[in-house]
Formats: sequence, C-alpha cells, structure tokens
Amino acid sequence: MTDTLTPILTKFWDDPQSWTLATYERHDGYKALTKALEMEPQAIIDAVKDSSIRGRGGAGFPTGMKWSFMSPPDGGPRYLVVNADESEPGTCKDVPLMMANPHALIEGVIIASYAIGCEHAFIYLRGEVVHVYRRLLRAVEEARAAGHLGTDVGGKGVRVDITVHAGAGAYICGEETALLDSLEGRRGQPRLKPPFPGAAGLYARPTSVNNVESIASVPGIILEGSDWFKGMGTEKSTGFGIFSLSGHVTNPGQFEAPLGITMRELIDLAGGMRGGRKLKFWTPGGSSTPIFTEEHLDVPLDFDSVAAAGSMLGTRALQVFDETVSVVRAVARWTDFYAHESWASARRAARARGGCARS
Amino acid sequence: MSGHDASGHLHVSPESKAPYADDVLERLHADAAEVIARYPQKRSALLPLLHLVQSVDGYVTGRGVSFCADVLDLTEAEVSGVATFYTQYKRHPNGEYTVGVCTNTLCAIMGGDLIFDRVSEHLGIGHDETTDDGRITLERVECNAACDYAPVVMANWEFFDNQTPESTIGLVDDLRAGKDVVPTRGAGKVCTFKEVSRVLAGFEDGRADEGVGAGPASLLGLRIANDRGWTAPGAQGSQPSPADAKEGSK
Repeated sequence: MTDTLTPILTKFWDDPQSWTLATYERHDGYKALTKALEMEPQAIIDAVKDSSIRGRGGAGFPTGMKWSFMSPPDGGPRYLVVNADESEPGTCKDVPLMMANPHALIEGVIIASYAIGCEHAFIYLRGEVVHVYRRLLRAVEEARAAGHLGTDVGGKGVRVDITVHAGAGAYICGEETALLDSLEGRRGQPRLKPPFPGAAGLYARPTSVNNVESIASVPGIILEGSDWFKGMGTEKSTGFGIFSLSGHVTNPGQFEAPLGITMRELIDLAGGMRGGRKLKFWTPGGSSTPIFTEEHLDVPLDFDSVAAAGSMLGTRALQVFDETVSVVRAVARWTDFYAHESWASARRAARARGGCARS
Repeated sequence: MSGHDASGHLHVSPESKAPYADDVLERLHADAAEVIARYPQKRSALLPLLHLVQSVDGYVTGRGVSFCADVLDLTEAEVSGVATFYTQYKRHPNGEYTVGVCTNTLCAIMGGDLIFDRVSEHLGIGHDETTDDGRITLERVECNAACDYAPVVMANWEFFDNQTPESTIGLVDDLRAGKDVVPTRGAGKVCTFKEVSRVLAGFEDGRADEGVGAGPASLLGLRIANDRGWTAPGAQGSQPSPADAKEGSK
C-alpha cells in the first residue's frame, strides 16, 4: 500500500534553487541517463512499455506503445516533440513542473530521444509563460555544458540536441498535429489522420509527440524500474500523476499522488470546501471533460474508472465549483472559448474522425 | 495608425512599411540567422522571427512581414497568414505592457470578471485597447495554466497570482508610473513588451535564475506529504543518502 501522496517530480520544488542542474543532481539527476546509455534503445522502449505508463496529456494512450508504433528507421531523421502547450482550461501541472524542475523534462527528452533514434528533439512551449521559457532555455544550456546534449552524449557517441520553441498564443496547437504544423511555421491547424505522426509527423518524418509529464516520468521508470512504477496506481492506470485542484476549495494546489486517488481525499487535503459551502460540480480532467457532481466523489481518479463513470481523467485538472455558481454561466464561458479557439479546426477534425464536434 | 477590422485581415499603415535603418536591419539579419540555425527547415523559424519583429517594432509591422518573407523565402501573404493566426502577434502598436486578465471560466468566477471590469473602468479602455500614454494594453486572456492561483493576471506574460481588483489597479498604476514591478512567480521585474518578445524569439536575457521555483499552491501537496511522512516507494522517494548529498555538492 503506497502513501496517499507520492512526491516524485514535485519532490524538491521547495528547494531555493529547484530549477538548477546542481539541485537536480543532488536528487539523483541524470543518473537515469547514465543507466539508459548502457542499455540498448529497444530495452528502454520495453521498460517504458512494461511500466504501462499512459500519456499524461489527456488521452491516456500508452507512451511505450506510441514509441513502438513509429515507422522503422530508414536512415532519415526521426523526431521527438514534447507538447508543452498546456492550455486546456483548468490544466496547470506542466507549467509549474517546468518552472520548478525543468531538468526532469530535459533528462526525459534525452533518454526518449536515444530510445527512438531521434537526434533533434523539440519542446513546443506555449508562448504565454515567458519565465518557463527562460528556465527551459537555461536548463538546455546547462545540460549541454555538462555533456548531456550534443554530438557525444555521455561520451557514448550518441547525438541528441533540443530546441525549445515558444508558440504565440493558440489553444488549438495543443492538438498534436496542429502543434506540428505550428512548429513548421504555419497556422496551427489540425491535420487529417492518417497518416499519424508516428509515420509522417514533423517534416513528414516519423515523430512521437508526448506530453511534458509523460516524458518527465521516464527517468524514474528507467532508474527505479517498471515494477517500481507499477507499484503505484491501479492495474490499468499505473504510476503517479500531478492532480491540480482549483476553485472553491480552502487551499487550491498541486498534489502528486498514485492514480486512483479520489476527489473526496483530495478535497480533504485541500482543507475542504471554501467557507464550508456545498460542492455543486467539478471537472475531473479539464473543461472539455464531462462534469461530475457530489455523487462522483469516490470514483477512483484513474483512466478507466473515470471513463466508466461517464467522463475522462484528462489532465487531472480538478476545477471545483460550489453552490453559488451557475452551471449555465460556467459552461457558456467554456463553449465561447472553444468556439473562439478552434471552431473550424475542431469541427473538421471531429468530422475526420467520424465524430461530432460538440454534443 | 494601423489596425484590423472584423475580417481579421492584417492591415498595416504605410509608415509601418518604412524600411529599417541599416544598423537595425544588419542586427535583424544576424539574429535571424541564429534563429534559423536552430531548425532543420527554415520555415520553422517563422514564429520566433515574428516575436523578433515585435521586439524591434512593438507589433508585427509591414516591414517586419517583408523581412520574415525575405529571409525565409516565403510570400508576404504566407507570413501574414501566420501572423494573424496567433493572438500574441499584435496587428497594431502594442502598449509597453500587456496586462491580461484571465476571464476563462474558473478565473472569471473566482473574481477575474470583476477585475477586468474594474481595471477597464479605471484605465478607460476595453479589451485589446491601449492607454493614451502607450503604457498599457488591456486584454482578456484565456486559461494560462495557473488555476490554483486564481484569479490570475499576466503582465507581459509573467504571473501575478491571487489578484484582486485593487491589486491589479495598483499593478497598472505602478507600470504607468514607470516603477519596477515584481511578478509573483517570474523574473525579478516585469520587462517591457519588446524585451519579452526578444526572449520569446529564443534569446536569453539572463533572468532565468530570478524569482521562485514554485509558489505556495504548487508546494501544497509536497508540504502535506512532508508533514505526514508520506513518500514515494523506493530510492526516489527516500531522502538522499549522505553519500549522495556529498557527491551532489561537489
């Protein structure tokens, strides 16, 4: 039985200089990279697959499987693109992670790049968080100076470099193919799939697009092993994640916990409802996930349990609203947002999937 | 003054097409070469180059569009098409400070709507309008990934957490008065729109080590875990051993 909270990525966020290479190294930083460079790339993919980690960006697709679905090497470039365009309303985990602990992401990018045969990785950060961009640029610079990036990573002849790219304000770029178009210097509009990025992504080359938290979780899986990871969470939603509580709780904040924790536990950790008011509704995974109410407080917050209860775990963006809030007002604002940000693209993408843009 | 109309097209004034001075153009070319070198294909440099144009001109000028088209072998129409897609690219001269009040649902309900209305009344301007002194451009912004600090205000894309109408009015008054203003989580001071645009083009300004790593809400779970002795299993969850600490301090 694991503890209720399991600080891993958040473990040293309270260090006075949590974002530096020196701090990261004091907390086992880059030991996973050293270990990974002794492994065959396929063994890294196998370890990530075996951990059963599911993507932390919302959809929950298994990360290791995504890597192994990439077209086989043909001698041309292959790309890793990190989706750091965190914009789904309510979602606020990747931004604090990159601000406080950017090296966890950088180390994960290097290991993942080595695993999938990528020599040039990209981190696509939304442009509206300038200090996070500074921290990422600095972390890449520190990692390069330490020999973790470049043409001879770790003295093993491995080539990996990272470009950190700032977007310019467009929610739709959080959709992976829109993000790729944007990274190519175009308007960020979703592409039709197939082809999937694993076959034809960035510059029409095999590409894996992964969320920040997914990639930042990779060093732990490599260093501690997939059994360690699977020792947390549930059978089908393994590991840990950052749960973001916002809104009408006494103390909003971030809680890193095994998947499967309940909203009742989290609200309790957040000091209960603000002013002792009654809970009216909440979102489990951002504003595009169907709304839950009090009757869902004991639903384990893992991918399958939340889906079975009629919503989506999404990005664990738990927005809490009390009895004073009109559901109509809240939802009207969200639909205005989606209409403004992505109406044409979302409709086209939905049609391409044979789905419906809005229910 | 250039502007935009309901069609969403980019309309630039004749003066925004006046050529760059030679020294400015020379520096732009040197910077652009550095940006282009970061990418396998040069068109990828377009977004950072538009930020770079804003770092010189304060908005996306006609000459800036021509410059990007020139260095990337694109048409001006292709560059304009991209520039008009993204909200951070300004189609008319921007204030020295963009003050963005989050009015997406959660922040709106936590006080963001009230903050926007009060600040708008105080400044006498609405969304995407700039004060007569050219200091403040007021905006409604969408979710900026800081919901645990709602209501949130961004000043030139630095975080001002847990705002009130009074605190934000104080913020805009200080910015208009030319005082240094310190974000809650960010650099040691809010830099100007042009300075921040240069950072967004990928040029470091030496401020990465300023400010906090995390604010109190980001640390809440960690603090509770530490108080209750909760840890992740295995070595990563344990405190670093003395040997590790020694090794790390070398």
